Amino acid sequence: MAEFRLPKSSRPQKGARLNSDLGMKSPRRFEIYRWSPDSDDPPKIDELYVDLATCGPMVLDAIIKIKNEIDSSLTFRRSCREGICGSCAMNINGVNTLACTQPLDDLGDVVRLYPLPHMPVIKDLVPDLSHFFEQHRSIEPWLKAPEIVSDTERLQSPEDREKLDGLYECILCACCSTSCPSYWWNSDRYLGPANLLQAYRWIADSRDEETSSRLESLNDSFSLYRCHTIMNCTNACPKGLNPGKAIGEIKSMIAKNES
Amino acid sequence: MPTGNYKIQHHQHDVVVVGAGGAGLRACLGLAEAGLSTACVTKVFPTRSHTVAAQGGMSAALANMGEDDWRWHMYDTVKGSDWLGDQEAISFMCKEAPSAVIELEHYGVPFSRTGEGKIYQRAFGGMTTNFGQGQAQRTCAAADRTGHAILHTLYQQSLKHNAEFFIEYFAIDLIMEDGECRGVLAWCLETGELHVFWASQVILATGGYGRAYFSATSAHTCTGDGNAMVLRAGLPLQDMEFVQFHPTGVYGSGCLITEGARGEGGFLTNADGERFMERYAPNAKDLASRDVVSRSMTMEIRAGRGVGRDEDHIYLHLEHLGADILAERLPGISETARIFAGVDVCKSPIPVIPTVHYNMGGIPTNIHGECMGSASGNDKEVVPGLMAIGEAGCVSVHGANRLGSNSLLDLIVFGRASARRAVENAKTKSLAKRGNNALFEPAISRFDHMRFSEGGVSTASIRLKMQRAMQSNCAVFRNQQVLEEGVHEIDATIDLLSDVGIKDRSMIWNTDLVEALELENLLSQAKVTVHSALARQESRGAHARDDFPDRDDAHWMSHTNARLNNGLVGLSYRPVVLETGTTEVETIAPKARVY
Repeated sequence: MAEFRLPKSSRPQKGARLNSDLGMKSPRRFEIYRWSPDSDDPPKIDELYVDLATCGPMVLDAIIKIKNEIDSSLTFRRSCREGICGSCAMNINGVNTLACTQPLDDLGDVVRLYPLPHMPVIKDLVPDLSHFFEQHRSIEPWLKAPEIVSDTERLQSPEDREKLDGLYECILCACCSTSCPSYWWNSDRYLGPANLLQAYRWIADSRDEETSSRLESLNDSFSLYRCHTIMNCTNACPKGLNPGKAIGEIKSMIAKNES
Repeated sequence: MPTGNYKIQHHQHDVVVVGAGGAGLRACLGLAEAGLSTACVTKVFPTRSHTVAAQGGMSAALANMGEDDWRWHMYDTVKGSDWLGDQEAISFMCKEAPSAVIELEHYGVPFSRTGEGKIYQRAFGGMTTNFGQGQAQRTCAAADRTGHAILHTLYQQSLKHNAEFFIEYFAIDLIMEDGECRGVLAWCLETGELHVFWASQVILATGGYGRAYFSATSAHTCTGDGNAMVLRAGLPLQDMEFVQFHPTGVYGSGCLITEGARGEGGFLTNADGERFMERYAPNAKDLASRDVVSRSMTMEIRAGRGVGRDEDHIYLHLEHLGADILAERLPGISETARIFAGVDVCKSPIPVIPTVHYNMGGIPTNIHGECMGSASGNDKEVVPGLMAIGEAGCVSVHGANRLGSNSLLDLIVFGRASARRAVENAKTKSLAKRGNNALFEPAISRFDHMRFSEGGVSTASIRLKMQRAMQSNCAVFRNQQVLEEGVHEIDATIDLLSDVGIKDRSMIWNTDLVEALELENLLSQAKVTVHSALARQESRGAHARDDFPDRDDAHWMSHTNARLNNGLVGLSYRPVVLETGTTEVETIAPKARVY
């Protein structure tokens, strides 16, 4: 029988109330998913308040403030804090995005922080992305063209180069893939939007000479065609890219090749 | 005896690379191609390394956009370094630059293109033609996301070559035996196990330590872990007093706005709306080198001509460039300005402030990346088994001030050079043997001590104290009194570390402990930085002393080497290398530095 509910050990319980809003000028309530691999306890949702009057503008600023001042054991990834490294991807009020570029002002009275959905959790807000990166490797994301010994660059027209815009900027944060219901169900075999966008980045590159074999390797009912144009990916992308469109392009190229 | 019980996994490799930014990945790639057994140990997933945030580009005299010559590039770099850069290393880097960029293009980097389909090159600060006569267009760009484009491509290539990664492993310490590096002790965050990587050669590519300062363009992870490991091994760090302030960090958040913005025609104004750089650098104006622009901005603000409510910053104008150019060449910083300053760059100027950006100093090396300077105090001796590249290393190609777009170049040229040398060295060395456990037990004790620390002071509060002290006492302008205060403040902050307490005792993804260890790393670097700065009684490049306003070539044309012994800083000096190492170019003799 299919399991439709999370196993009991995975259902979040009410957690601790870590502080009160007493004396805060501009309190904002946070509810944060916590889970430690060191104990058998199910995950819990801790509650606390952050005074926005003494906090930077972004969700990451608040999370760092919590770690600095309230609970130093809160665990999350972060690095560049400017939306280019992709470390701090998480689910914020139901939407996957980067904590470092998500303004607190755009969120409601409560900020709910969860790890990226449908990924194994390592600890608190840190998901295990190894399968996602393994899939990235599987699409062979590197330039395939005969080696040239020339001491000059391959030429590429500005028009051909422009075809890579909206593709090469992907930061592998996994916000899109982990917002895709089809990926939730079939991530074992469906590549998901991020990695299909990466695949298309090489298909679209005029310098790459393996277009047909790249298309061929995607042409099965799972790798590519589990995309049902739900478009959560495009809505989620914190860099404003459009993985849904890239997937459509791949499908269209395969269809044209076959006709 | 450690409190915890530690299970240790041993690995044996030809080479271990610590760090997977541009330099580390380029080294890995060369080693993997040559078939050496290589492990790349990195505390963040490779594409999260801070190279990803580099924007403007990578310099190389390709001459795609007008006449160019690597010797002109060399001249600019020597002048930019305020004659502290070693001319042999600089001539090597500038000569290798074109082939390094072309190689990246062959790897697949999506460079922007000229009408002819060649790599697009933009103007950058301090980059000139004909030995200072005209403005060069030398900086190879992929829009304003060049670091991202290069880092992702290098990661893709290392996948292609099956490089072996150990991702989200935090390096704790070098393993040294009789002055030779034998490997690295690291901690796997995911499983909580400790790993010993025995290696014939260790390459440190661990980046800079911008987070020693309160306001930096650097990522949270830029804590100079490799530099600190070197200090703990009794080895020297070179030229640590030279800390680059980038003129255009976003006011408030410190996020970087590329110099390429001025390269494309942007300019700075003060509260009077004046393009003040015309006064400070009549020829280069807004494209003078970074130390010059940052000082000029600071002087404008000090003179009461800062903008904003508190008159404490400067405006960067891009409005006149037009929406099309901004979208094509500067899309990334347009987005950054919108998100972090609430500014539409097509309509309004960006509020900016000089912000800590780059460490010219680091681990002294020769042009092959081999570390120089033994624990016994000989600065000319190679440390067997240890190399350093990228921002962690100090070759020195940047001297007292790095030119914009020379950093990505440094990563690739010396990443490649270190791989070549390691391959050569490997011919005479067999696979690393396991050493005695006693070699790494002190490192485990240090780790364990921090893990079970129960003091009353938080990591965050000590870190903030250090960052504020560095920001106030070791900034754009310095003097004896301010630096002495800085030395005192940093010493007092280091004392607090003995009373630090952390809360998380877990071995799995314990970022409470990671941050405490990073803080310890930052503090030792902060200490040698202020001490080195206090000792240098002259102004050169990024080190500007109000009390010694002139460059003093007679006494100070030398590199500072700082060692840390039992908590005391020991300084020694090594003369700058003026020989170019080639007959193709002559030494560029010191002269006044005017832009």
